[in-house]
Amino acid sequence: MTPKKKGWKEIPIGGACWTPTTEYFTGDWRTYKPIFDPEKCNKCLLCHLYCPDAAIEWNASTEEIEFNYKYCKGCGICANECRQGAIRMVLE
Amino acid sequence: MDSTWKFTTKDIAEKADLLMPGHRACAGCGPAVAYRQILKAARGPIIATNATGCMEVVTTIYPYTSWKIPYIHTAFENVAANAAGIETALKVLKRKNRIKHDSIDVIAFAGDGGTYDIGIQALSGAAERGHNFLYVLYDNEAYMNTGIQRSGGTPYCAWTTTSPAGRVIPGKPEFKKPISDIMVAHSIPYVATGSLAYWRDLMIKARKGLEVEGPAFLHALAPCPRGWRYDTSKTVEMARLAVETCVFPLWEAVDSEYSLSAPSKVIALKPERKKPVKEYLKSQGRFRHLFTPENEHITDEIQEVVDKHWKLLLKKCGMS
Amino acid sequence: MTSTKQEIRALNGDEAVAYAAKQCDVDVVAAYPITPQTIIVERFSEYVHNGEVDTEFICVESEHSALTACLAAAATGARTFTASASAGLALMHEILYVTSGCRAPVVMAIANRALSAPINIHCDHADSMVERDASWIQIYVENSQEAYDSIIQAFKIAEHPDVLLPTMVMLDAFYLSHTLESVNVLADEAVRRFVGTRKIPLVTNHEGRLVPFKLDPENPITIGPLALHDYYFEHKRQQEAAMQSALQKIKEIHNEYEEISGRKYGNGLIDPYRLEDAEIASICIGSTAGTTKVVVDQLRAKGVKAGLLRLRTYRPFPSQDIIQALENVEAIAVMDRSHSFGAKGGPIFHEVRHLLYDAQTRPQIVDYVYGLGGRDMSPTLIHEIYRDLERIATTKQIKTPVQFIGVRD
Repeated sequence: MTPKKKGWKEIPIGGACWTPTTEYFTGDWRTYKPIFDPEKCNKCLLCHLYCPDAAIEWNASTEEIEFNYKYCKGCGICANECRQGAIRMVLE
Repeated sequence: MDSTWKFTTKDIAEKADLLMPGHRACAGCGPAVAYRQILKAARGPIIATNATGCMEVVTTIYPYTSWKIPYIHTAFENVAANAAGIETALKVLKRKNRIKHDSIDVIAFAGDGGTYDIGIQALSGAAERGHNFLYVLYDNEAYMNTGIQRSGGTPYCAWTTTSPAGRVIPGKPEFKKPISDIMVAHSIPYVATGSLAYWRDLMIKARKGLEVEGPAFLHALAPCPRGWRYDTSKTVEMARLAVETCVFPLWEAVDSEYSLSAPSKVIALKPERKKPVKEYLKSQGRFRHLFTPENEHITDEIQEVVDKHWKLLLKKCGMS
Repeated sequence: MTSTKQEIRALNGDEAVAYAAKQCDVDVVAAYPITPQTIIVERFSEYVHNGEVDTEFICVESEHSALTACLAAAATGARTFTASASAGLALMHEILYVTSGCRAPVVMAIANRALSAPINIHCDHADSMVERDASWIQIYVENSQEAYDSIIQAFKIAEHPDVLLPTMVMLDAFYLSHTLESVNVLADEAVRRFVGTRKIPLVTNHEGRLVPFKLDPENPITIGPLALHDYYFEHKRQQEAAMQSALQKIKEIHNEYEEISGRKYGNGLIDPYRLEDAEIASICIGSTAGTTKVVVDQLRAKGVKAGLLRLRTYRPFPSQDIIQALENVEAIAVMDRSHSFGAKGGPIFHEVRHLLYDAQTRPQIVDYVYGLGGRDMSPTLIHEIYRDLERIATTKQIKTPVQFIGVRD
């Protein structure tokens, strides 16, 4: 059951947006999922820099690459660019 | 012209993304990569404005927004006028002590649609008036958002829905408008071309554009898997190949003086590294029709034109 | 009763508008010249270049960019002003809707001029009439004094938190824009006190916080999203609600202004002239009202119960006020200085006649399309209209509901 959408008396004026897209999980879109092998990773961070969806995060405290599957659309750029072969695209 | 910005890859990775995930760009979207990289070059508070187009639509589907920073979109052809209004308002409000920030950067983003064609009037006007802003052209070489129609930035003989690869006319009959050269001719302090494959080069150029006083123009090649017809995983590869074949050379013009950027300089110094244009054309479905016996000669034509422009650019950069 | 000191200056309509804008502490003006508004931008440029105002003037490359820059500046928190006419206003058309959709309180002066083709620089209401659906507040003035007064009121109306709609003030090309009048101007301080500083409303942003509706890195908001079929309609409904609130606010602000200036224009929405006991009356907007008042006085002197209803506020349309004002009038002639080609008469005729469908007693009502392209509307022609009204009032018959007056066959 979809929640009832807000009426004209409730929404802010002027079209101001009131929800961040972080609440919209584009991870549902994907067909292929990137599987990450941390052993092979040399932390070049290219995957983080080339991801269109900011779905590959660099955890500064643990110094690890983390994949955020809530948003990953499975485009495969990361797997294609990783020179260490640390990422494989797998049918989900 | 050097930027004062020095950074490591980790510094960049630790910087927050000003564009939040969850936007509805296609999988493998080049412009989305370009936006992320360019926004990482932020040096302080920013106000962003966008022209109607792919990135505008996918990042702001009401009530959702991907923009962590203040953002406005008004129409298709006027992003440069938006920037002019914002920049001027900030100037006068600061003078009247109604805002406290010392400096707020203004970035105008637009696709090739909102820049080459319908947007050129506003861009030219804003450049002529010397407003202090960075204009980022994310060039996916067609009106992608409305379904891949040709723009002034579409390359020669590319298939688009309004320049289809037909029996009589094989794709777009016109050449790509030299928009960045046009901007150099406006005598603005900084113009540069960039490719998301060379992220460090692109980021430094974005930062230089922000640092310079006056209008700055950054032409970022942003491949589109849907419009260019290639697998979504190859976006960065396309952006790299465009530079390696000299189809899209990387350069900057500081006060109208051209200089080649490292990725293209390497090819100028080692011409054996220059890849044949056929490699670029063959990898994209939008040029597929050029690989038939009747059309094969066109690829040679394209190689000639690429070579001509490359030689001309080398001359402008003092490297012939 | 005037509580503030005023002085008389010789100003034409354009100059009166520029002078009013000068006094309102405008932050940004982005404008493009077009006859007959050019004097507004020229005069304002002089103020800027002489340091008489603390305003940034952007000499944009087109009217489309003019309104865009004003909108973007307003979105950044600035008070903005611009002016245009005819083709320039037509070029802004797209952005008029964007401005009202973004609830930006831009104030714009329009020197009503005909639309091409053929190209014509003279007085005609086609340019602003066609924009009556754009969700802008529209005020038509009768003379340069009212132009001055209305620009000042416009800032307060547009910026009112219950309104927040852009406002256009119309003055007739050449009759008003270029004709010298004695205009009473208020002291700078009085105007500044009246308009105050712009208050920015609060909205909920994507962080879930209530923040000012302006572009500010401390409180980021997104303005101008893509609203699909699930939300667009609600935004438009909000604009209509704002229009309805504006009816009352325009009256209030008009009355507040009367207190400091001693001047009023009817009740701010409509300006009736000798209408209380009128049996025949005409309805018009703009400077023609001035000429018509002379005709009405002449008729009254002869014992004819003639009157005039000038519509000052055209959007929001003051339906109630109009119905009440016309209660006892038997025959009405609407004078339209613009036409809707292919329709039965001009826009004012449509809107007023539509109102009278619900009236207790339906008067006879006819339309006269006049003055297109600056064709002069002389007292002679207006007398012809009133003679026609007398015939209609007596015979209760309308021979021709829509006529074009002043055109050669």
